[in-house]
Amino acid sequence: MAKDEIKQEDLLNIDHSPSLFKKGWMNTPVDIRPSMHCYACEPARLKVVDFPNPRVWSVMDEDWKLPKDWKETVMDAFKDRLDRFRTFKLFMDICVRCGACADKCQFFIGSADPKNMPVLRAELIRSVYRRNFTAAGKLFGKLAGARDLDYGVLKEWWYYLYQCSECRRCSVFCPYGIDMADITIIGREMTNLLGLNIDWIAAPVAFCYKTGNHLGIQPHAYKSMLEFFQDEIEEVTGVRVEPSFNRKGAEVLFITPSGDVFADPGTWTCMGYMILFHQLGIDITWSTYASEGGNFGLFTSHDMMKRLNGKMYMEAKRLGVKWILGGECGHMWRVVNQYMGTMNLDLAEGSNLENPVSPMTGTKFENANSTKMVHITEFTADLIKHGKLKLDPSRNDHRKVTFHDSCNPARAMGLLEEPRYVIKNVCNHFYEMPPSTIREQTFCCGGGSGLNAGEDVELRMRGGLPRANAVKYVHEKYGVNMLANVCAIDRAVFPGLMEYWVPEVDVTGVHELVANAMVLDGEKEKTVDLRNEPLPGMEDAEDV
Amino acid sequence: MNIIISLTVSFLAVFGLVVIAFVGVWGAHLEWLFGVVIPYLAVITFFIGIVYRVVQWAKCPVPFRIPSTCAQQKSLPWIKYGYAEKLDNPVNTFWVVCRMILEVLCFRSLFRNTRLEFGSGQEIKYKSAKWLWLGAIAFHYTFLIVLLRHLRFFTEPMPFFVKIIENVDGFFQMFLPTVYQSGFILGAAVTYLLLRRILDGKMRYISLPADYFPLFMILGLVTTGVLMRYVLKADIVSIKELTLGLVSFKPVVPEGISVIFYIHLFLVSVFFAYFPFSKLTHMAGVFLSPTRNLSNNTRIVRHINPWNNPVKFHTYQAYEDEFREKMKDAGLPVDKE
Amino acid sequence: MSLKNLLLQKRSRIVKKWRDVILQTYHEQSQGFLKKKDSFGNPVGCTISEGIESLYDALLEDSEDSGSDKISEALDSIMKVRAIQDFSPSRAVGFVFGLKKVIREELGNEILQNGSHEEWAAFDARIDGLGLLGFDIYANCRQKISDIRVNEVRTRSYRLLQMAGLSYDLSEHEGDPNGEKKEDGASNGQHNMEAREH
Repeated sequence: MAKDEIKQEDLLNIDHSPSLFKKGWMNTPVDIRPSMHCYACEPARLKVVDFPNPRVWSVMDEDWKLPKDWKETVMDAFKDRLDRFRTFKLFMDICVRCGACADKCQFFIGSADPKNMPVLRAELIRSVYRRNFTAAGKLFGKLAGARDLDYGVLKEWWYYLYQCSECRRCSVFCPYGIDMADITIIGREMTNLLGLNIDWIAAPVAFCYKTGNHLGIQPHAYKSMLEFFQDEIEEVTGVRVEPSFNRKGAEVLFITPSGDVFADPGTWTCMGYMILFHQLGIDITWSTYASEGGNFGLFTSHDMMKRLNGKMYMEAKRLGVKWILGGECGHMWRVVNQYMGTMNLDLAEGSNLENPVSPMTGTKFENANSTKMVHITEFTADLIKHGKLKLDPSRNDHRKVTFHDSCNPARAMGLLEEPRYVIKNVCNHFYEMPPSTIREQTFCCGGGSGLNAGEDVELRMRGGLPRANAVKYVHEKYGVNMLANVCAIDRAVFPGLMEYWVPEVDVTGVHELVANAMVLDGEKEKTVDLRNEPLPGMEDAEDV
Repeated sequence: MNIIISLTVSFLAVFGLVVIAFVGVWGAHLEWLFGVVIPYLAVITFFIGIVYRVVQWAKCPVPFRIPSTCAQQKSLPWIKYGYAEKLDNPVNTFWVVCRMILEVLCFRSLFRNTRLEFGSGQEIKYKSAKWLWLGAIAFHYTFLIVLLRHLRFFTEPMPFFVKIIENVDGFFQMFLPTVYQSGFILGAAVTYLLLRRILDGKMRYISLPADYFPLFMILGLVTTGVLMRYVLKADIVSIKELTLGLVSFKPVVPEGISVIFYIHLFLVSVFFAYFPFSKLTHMAGVFLSPTRNLSNNTRIVRHINPWNNPVKFHTYQAYEDEFREKMKDAGLPVDKE
Repeated sequence: MSLKNLLLQKRSRIVKKWRDVILQTYHEQSQGFLKKKDSFGNPVGCTISEGIESLYDALLEDSEDSGSDKISEALDSIMKVRAIQDFSPSRAVGFVFGLKKVIREELGNEILQNGSHEEWAAFDARIDGLGLLGFDIYANCRQKISDIRVNEVRTRSYRLLQMAGLSYDLSEHEGDPNGEKKEDGASNGQHNMEAREH
């Protein structure tokens, strides 16, 4: 920002040239702004996973220290992907630029940067495709919307590929189902061949590969963190829960994003899982090896996603469990629903995995017969439906709740009713945000696809603006003070977003609400909830 | 691409085509070239081109099943999974076909556009934002009707449905010759789609000459067609002789067909030949789009990726080797003591 | 006619032009979109349009007190949006002064003819005050963003420090019962870790 030279005239009308004579986007070079991108990845991260071209580089530098043959690398990779992904080839060919997606992207809505229109973000890549792979582009160049891949274009690619949160909102409105997320995934795959990644993605990938979770938490620390929660839970409820780890012969393996184990407010959701499992007495184990549900490999390359995801089946097989239960996480469930079986089911051969059945209700989760993995809100909704949980929703009466559909469970799975059913049974006050901002039309939190870093907070504030705006509406209209969701990235990103736009609203996972409403066997008289905040009617209780 | 350059280039291209046909027929008397050779070449290019494109797409594997799910998934038996859900989040082929029909015939996704506005106070009002949908529907369907009506030139006797279409299309028989609404609606729809690109700042920015060119082309087709039928009154009998000759592979070029017909025919030919190499292939591509034509059943049935890349995993053994002592200290079970 | 009445009379024109002054600070290609009335699909444009209207009305209110509250509120809603967008501080706030230009264009002649110079001078000063207030709010918003950044880092590491027994809990020394509870937990955790080490 300080770079801007302020002229007297700048203060008001910025641009006096008549728009008709404006240069088109192809002749408008990328202007990389601070706080709109994440930091470049450090070489150590890439070495761990044998990624090419690890080096120290910086986004704001002129020279990104690209390998000499970078153009050939990208072009070979481009061709290779055109041959391997029908989505990519088709999406390069059939866009008619009708503009239906243009104003659907939260990053465009919040920033008004026209290159954030999904169609244009895709055109950045399509233009290079036309130049190199179509006759018209080779013959007519810019007239055919084609341009060469040069240094500036590569930077432009990178800049905007890391301003897309792979939320798929545009694909819902596209008459041909063109999915910008898929183009972004493949685009990022290509930039990764040049060592161009962001540290916020590369570090979790490297950590997850080595230690099993994004934060690089070693096994003993993971265990002691949950033990720490045991104490907190005991203080609040009087009940001591006993989670088990890496236990062979358990019936179910539980995998949840590690973010919930280490940062508020996810921690309370994590405690919610522990309370639920304890009360049910279910034969379930946590794993320190497969201690990550999330998969930042999805934001890196298809192969990296596969490498990280493999741990789920390998661990399930090693422990001999019958099925896997998955915690609340957004992109984790995109991977589980749309990629996991295809990529890694081979690894489960010879395991004890079988079609998932709820040990409490006998319900067969037939929609998970192949992957053997059940979403925790599917599991809990079934419990509630069968009356297996003793619930006192009035314990959540101090919460006026709204539900944010996370992009991936909504648009890459269709998990819409399960969390709502659970919330409505554990809370008395539930209010929906306006229809064009929820369910399949939900807005992103602004931090999906590995953009939830600290340095790009302005990007996140812009991307999250439409969501915050809808929350503000229900806050003003119904007094909503709690934003529930089923995603660990949401829980990491929303507190900041809310603090800025609607400071009165707090953030929670669904299972925190569940645990708070649960009446446990042998519980003491509860006066506070998991956050140590007084329960309704207990504001003056001595024990608080 | 700057808007003025884009518009100029695409307009001049279409105008150039008109001039070529005009000079070719009126000046050089190349009726055979413009009436027979070029149309044949164009149709051959069209079919070979489209087949080539579709084969290219179809040859490309679908490694992952990534439909955009636009409604509740099929999950527990008591969670509502009705017709609307089956359509927008299909779990089997039948409903995928239904979803595709709705998408291809009704432009379902474009219909999703809505706009919410505050009415009085905090109440929200829905506003329609269906202009693009309406324009697209009007354009594609009238184009189809016009195309079908043209079958009268290629068949003898005319199939019954062509007659029906003509009757419906010319419902308002106030003029002679019968005025077909479709042609005028088509012209209006194309004009709308064109103006939209020019007047809306966003659209102007994303539009390429490749977007204006087909629109000008279709405007040229409509204009020459309308002129021929209502103003210059081309000789229909001779034209039909020519067109029937074309379809029966016994080409003839009767005398006395006016130049405007050759211009029209030349534009049509170029349009057909251009089709497979342009964005117009969306007509075929929409059927192959993996985010729409696949069911969301990957948790129920494994989807096979033909090139499922072998990758290197970090095994539990390697993990335990690295952390064994710490794990033992923490009381975590280990495989190897 | 007094200046105030003139300003009321031409309200819709002035507000519209003033809004356009703001929108012109955005990419030309997106200005059309920002004008779209869609409260949830176009929150930036709608916040600005609504904010400008209330700001204008508040400026015209007689009572300084009620006016100033409304002014801060309306200005706050606009500045919050602009503070996170790609503007230098002067550009983010500069639109306020654009109102002077708009009014001069719309009412310049009337002001001259009516001789309402004094009224205009007073109003002009109010706009200056509005601009200064704008800078305050802008700075607050920027401060908030950096707070958020710091808070996030703290939240992300707090639990780990707590678990490792590295974080120092002040509340235990203040005799806060809440803190004691937490302290118990922390020492338990620490105890566990020590136990493991032996």
